[in-house]
Amino acid sequence: MSEHSTYVPGNAVEKWLDDRLPVVRFAKEHLMDFPTPKNLNYWWTFGAILVMCLGVQIVTGIILAMHYTPNVAMAFDSVEHIRRNVNGGRIIQATHAVGASMFFIALYIHMFRGLFYGSYKAPREILWILGVVIFLLTTATAFMGYILPWGQMSFWGATVISNIFTAIPVLGESIKQLVLGGFAVGNPTLNRFFSLHYLLPFIIAAVVALHIWALHVPGNNNPVGVDVKDSRDTVPFHPYYTMKDLYGMVLFMIPFAWFVFFAPDILGHPDNYIMANAQVTPAHIVPEWYLLPFYTILRAIDFNVLFIDSKLGGVIAMGGAMLMLLIVPWLDTSKVRSGVFRPMFKWFFALFAINFVGLMYLGAQPAEGIYTVLAKVCTGYYFLYFLVILPVLSRIETPKPLPTSISESVLGKNAHA
Amino acid sequence: MSILLMVSRAGAGSVICASYGETDLSTQAEHSSTNRRDFLFVATGAVGAVGAAAVVWPLINQLNPDASTLALASIQYDVGPIAEGQSVTIMWRGLPVFVRHRTAAEISEAQAVPLSDLKDPETDEARTKPGHEQWLIMIANCTHLGCIPVGESGDFDGWFCPCHGSHYDSAGRIRRGPAPKNLVVPPYEFLSDTLVQIG
Repeated sequence: MSEHSTYVPGNAVEKWLDDRLPVVRFAKEHLMDFPTPKNLNYWWTFGAILVMCLGVQIVTGIILAMHYTPNVAMAFDSVEHIRRNVNGGRIIQATHAVGASMFFIALYIHMFRGLFYGSYKAPREILWILGVVIFLLTTATAFMGYILPWGQMSFWGATVISNIFTAIPVLGESIKQLVLGGFAVGNPTLNRFFSLHYLLPFIIAAVVALHIWALHVPGNNNPVGVDVKDSRDTVPFHPYYTMKDLYGMVLFMIPFAWFVFFAPDILGHPDNYIMANAQVTPAHIVPEWYLLPFYTILRAIDFNVLFIDSKLGGVIAMGGAMLMLLIVPWLDTSKVRSGVFRPMFKWFFALFAINFVGLMYLGAQPAEGIYTVLAKVCTGYYFLYFLVILPVLSRIETPKPLPTSISESVLGKNAHA
Repeated sequence: MSILLMVSRAGAGSVICASYGETDLSTQAEHSSTNRRDFLFVATGAVGAVGAAAVVWPLINQLNPDASTLALASIQYDVGPIAEGQSVTIMWRGLPVFVRHRTAAEISEAQAVPLSDLKDPETDEARTKPGHEQWLIMIANCTHLGCIPVGESGDFDGWFCPCHGSHYDSAGRIRRGPAPKNLVVPPYEFLSDTLVQIG
């Protein structure tokens, strides 16, 4: 797909530049002329929306860092200072905090899009894996960012998550002390998390660049999942998808703005407006909503398996749930990419999506009674979907006939309408 | 190792080729499986790797607890004012520590539990000091993921961790829930009848 350049330097200056650093040619090839399947639906706009989210977080984050103090005695007050005294700080801080949630909404939609339309299948495995890496980095960044306001949930969230390291046999406690810089979460922890929280978004941006590079080698997948065959199947990225993505961004910014302007704290937890106190644990420690599904999986393992105790088991399950995504391209071996043409897969996928929301709900509930049973059931289905259902379906399912080309599928749909 | 050797041979060949032509300077030694250049290549690489590790180590080690954190390793505390049935939480090395003055009923209940009922078998005697059985001193972090359990609650008249539902008995031993171990008893000793040194 690199043989589509129509760039001809317009004048002597462009020609001079093109011979030395062909940035204009690069931009024209990859941001304007790039041949893109003409049937992409709105689920495909979330890639661009995510780039916007990363940009919003970086810009607002750099501004917040100009007013924030990473010290246990002053951090909590400095965030309140930003919200109350800094010019426009109320909106900038809210945009950053709400922005994290919006980032994850877009991220999950983008990932579920990929899972449904088989965007992880050959030749896009590396593209998918880089996406999972971005997801893991974003999770780490968001987690460290949540520590910075130094409220009760910040402190106890950090305590619970750093204690995950102690599940590692023998070296666990030493690793925990190395990560925290002390025997418990404290000032050294806050300092280093601030430093890393500032660093990681730029690493994410670098991986995003690789992600887009890996996308531009095979080109986009599309809703019917058949390969691009000729130029009738594609349209240039600009103006067709620049405009569609821009429209998607505008729609996405409506709920974003509503949260920022009218309910900046609704996605947070009231306990985080109490300053961190090492002697009192909040009644229910709840991570931010976007980490809840994995938190439920962590808690669901409350029994020993052979020589693995419940704690290590929970950590393995949670880590496994995230790392599982890396091998999805080799678990689902069905040749048909798009879930649209897979009559059985469709239902298991829908159940998987509902199950994921279920895990999210259960993570916010206390670990008792019926909730612990449901958590085990949902955790079971999560693993069953990847490890059993996907490989088995690949073998037994008879897919519906595929359209011969993207062009035909688009025209066929119009003919019926 | 074999990859290194291959690279070194290719490197040697290309340099020679570029300046003089390969055949002119090829010697018997260069055609044998190892030669002087391979040795220098591996030796330089090894020294470089050790040097890099020596530079990286302080960059990692700075993350470990610093001198000011370690300086708080030992504290003294007077348990005298704590009434029977009362608990206090004090701080040691940045960690909360429970000091509980147990009632006679709690002590006898803890001592009556058969070890076979325990997930992490430990006698009540092993968790207290002889002659000071009424004092239970434990790090107040749940051994699961570090929350602070709530005292005088749970199904075993001890502590209950609200985070993930672990129950501890009146000797702070894990009885039910995801926590793998009993609440940790820090190293401590009674300097007098009521003065305790922790750490």
